[in-house]
Amino acid sequence: MSQPQMRRATESGVPDNKQFLHPLLAKNYGNWKYHDRPRPGVLHHVAHSGEEVWTVRAGTQRQMDVHTIRRLCDIADRYAESHVRFTIRSNIEFMVSSEAKVAPLIAELEKSGFPVGGTGNSVSMIAHTQGWLHCDIPGTDASGAVKALMDELIDEFRNERMPNRVHLSTSCCEINCGGQADIAIIIQHTKPPKINHDLVANVCERPAVVARCPVAAIRPALVNGKPSLEVDEKKCICCGACYPPCPPMQINDPEHSKFAIWVGGKNSNARAKPTFMKMVAAGIPNNPPRWPEVAEVVKRILYVYKEDARPWERLSDWIDRIGWPRFFERTELPFTKYLIDDWRGARVNLNASTHIRF
Amino acid sequence: MAKQMYPTPMLDALETGPWPSFVTGLKRLAKDKDYVVDLLGQLEHSYTTRKGYWKGGTVGVFGYGGGVIPRFTEAKDEAGKPLFPAAAEFHTLRVMPPAGMHYNTDVLRKMADIWEKHGSGLIAFHGQSGDIMFQGATTENVQPAFDAINELGFDLGGAGPAVRTSMSCVGAARCEQSCYDEGTAHRTVINSFLDDIHRPSLPYKFKFKFSGCPNDCMNSIQRADMAVIGTWRDNIRTDEALARKWFDKHGMNELVNDVVARCPTKAIQLKEAKAVRAGESVSTVAVSDTHALEIENRDCVRCMHCINVMTGALAPGKDKGATILVGGKRTLKIGDLMGTVVVPFMKLETEEDREKLVELGHQIVDFFAENALEHERTGEMIERIGIVNFLDALGIDVDPNMVAQPRTNPYVRMDGWDEEVAKMAAKKKVA
Repeated sequence: MSQPQMRRATESGVPDNKQFLHPLLAKNYGNWKYHDRPRPGVLHHVAHSGEEVWTVRAGTQRQMDVHTIRRLCDIADRYAESHVRFTIRSNIEFMVSSEAKVAPLIAELEKSGFPVGGTGNSVSMIAHTQGWLHCDIPGTDASGAVKALMDELIDEFRNERMPNRVHLSTSCCEINCGGQADIAIIIQHTKPPKINHDLVANVCERPAVVARCPVAAIRPALVNGKPSLEVDEKKCICCGACYPPCPPMQINDPEHSKFAIWVGGKNSNARAKPTFMKMVAAGIPNNPPRWPEVAEVVKRILYVYKEDARPWERLSDWIDRIGWPRFFERTELPFTKYLIDDWRGARVNLNASTHIRF
Repeated sequence: MAKQMYPTPMLDALETGPWPSFVTGLKRLAKDKDYVVDLLGQLEHSYTTRKGYWKGGTVGVFGYGGGVIPRFTEAKDEAGKPLFPAAAEFHTLRVMPPAGMHYNTDVLRKMADIWEKHGSGLIAFHGQSGDIMFQGATTENVQPAFDAINELGFDLGGAGPAVRTSMSCVGAARCEQSCYDEGTAHRTVINSFLDDIHRPSLPYKFKFKFSGCPNDCMNSIQRADMAVIGTWRDNIRTDEALARKWFDKHGMNELVNDVVARCPTKAIQLKEAKAVRAGESVSTVAVSDTHALEIENRDCVRCMHCINVMTGALAPGKDKGATILVGGKRTLKIGDLMGTVVVPFMKLETEEDREKLVELGHQIVDFFAENALEHERTGEMIERIGIVNFLDALGIDVDPNMVAQPRTNPYVRMDGWDEEVAKMAAKKKVA
């Protein structure tokens, strides 16, 4: 019997984006002079040629069904010259060649359930991961948690009322695929993995799992006569790094996998150098379908920042000015010994000065 | 018409509220597809038990070793039968986006048609690495779905220990801060690595990201093994008409507090218009008849703040290019690492310039392939062997721009000091 002829892939790689550019963007490529924002959700770019383009930005659910995609295409065809682009935060952008097209486009987007905003000093859409919908190691869901939180923050998406832009992310495990952010919501496991010793020998490449542990807490062992792995539970930091290469080492726990909140990550070089985010809250329950306890802490931080920070201070800039004691005081978050770094390089996170605010 | 829906009280709660709901989208797909009915069943099961039920496996397309994320259900009854059999296989195709994530409606509609036919009908724009994620196909349908996507001019991205899909910002297409042609650089570099993308054989993942200016909208410094971030060498450009317009609107308090005082190196000063300095490295612009800004560009670190605030009035210079930083990544395994400077500046204007970038990328990936331990990222490898050994292997001279400060401890063998001094002096003479 002959095998069916398989189609050979065309290894075309990244497609040329020139074929998809809005004609005005193609024409003024590399030749833009400045932009301003006539209203939240709208960017107005002016080229050195004098040509102008208006961009309307709207939020999406990121995981989109084909009907939603077609609806967005209908809007683009009717109101926005058939071209769109997406931002890194899964917002969709429509480019139009005249100001007169902006208002009808906004009206149509809002009528169709796509909030217009996410520009300038707003809270933009949350960068997020896959969660229970698709990931093989998730401690929680992603799209659902983001939907619930954006429902609460939609006014801050639609307006530019923050001191500077605010980027949020959520991540379903400590690998943190959601990435660094001004405020990040990340699963934090609190118990060592539960090992199914019947499966380890067949499923896991044991030396690779041993090597994966950041604190050398895993060692090969014979359990019930079968080759398996054991964890020194006193050493274990519950990071979950062993779980992807060895699924029988279950790290997710419906009760003990909690949320931690991190603040002050900034990738931009503007003002201070880029910063990593810092953990400021933990022990928050994983409570689907709407995770109200997470929203409560995020909003608390967000609104203190909004009230306290000066113009152009990102969350990290604001904390640099007011200091950590006042951050914890103002947000009424408990500062505990678990928030003091003890990982390698931890001394750089201590206060090696007499710089203390009273 | 598809089969009857499972009750989904938890997911139903995500159909309330003003933000667009992916649950509503899934339910619409479920009207026509048993596949999505069962997907919703399993997702509700996850919400109820607070556990995930997907495991990986091996599924691919002919000729490639990666790019498909296999998912098989683990939600099974005691006899080992799937609780939600129609959605027992739910694989994702990672597809590389065009640079800057630009599309026309024609191509988006074609993608939707392909995925309605072969997959679940759920597409994510975009995953965290930048891929268009065609989410949910059976093992049988992965190949025909890929064939159709590939015929449309798109190709699979990376997964596993491979060069990964890349992202670049909107850049030159619509941003005045763009310092190089991000889209072309992105496409040129990534398409030179297709073998390393499609056939994973590196120690671990390797990510490139392309940002057009130091605002780094692609978050490359924290996430990319090799970050290409636009910058410029000459003076900040100024536009007096736009500067006056800005000042008329915002006034002196904002100029002082939000612009001048926020310069991280105090390179920018407020001066009386008649007192501004002239000079080769000085940019000046009047904001009114009486006052002007004066920038000492030798002190400027190209942070972008003043340009962000007074966009157009202030602008990046004309002698543009990029800084290359290597080694960014998140926590696992040794802790978070920022990318650090390996090439302070390189031009990226011509084909030859971009060829040099491609060469540098290949040198770094080759060195990584040969020297990294299994599951070690580039930044961790550099941490282990030391940046000087890494630079030495690449044939790149050290430069004070690569450090935040020189060493603060004396624990080092200095035998070769005199030779190094002579070598650097000789190089300086040639240059």
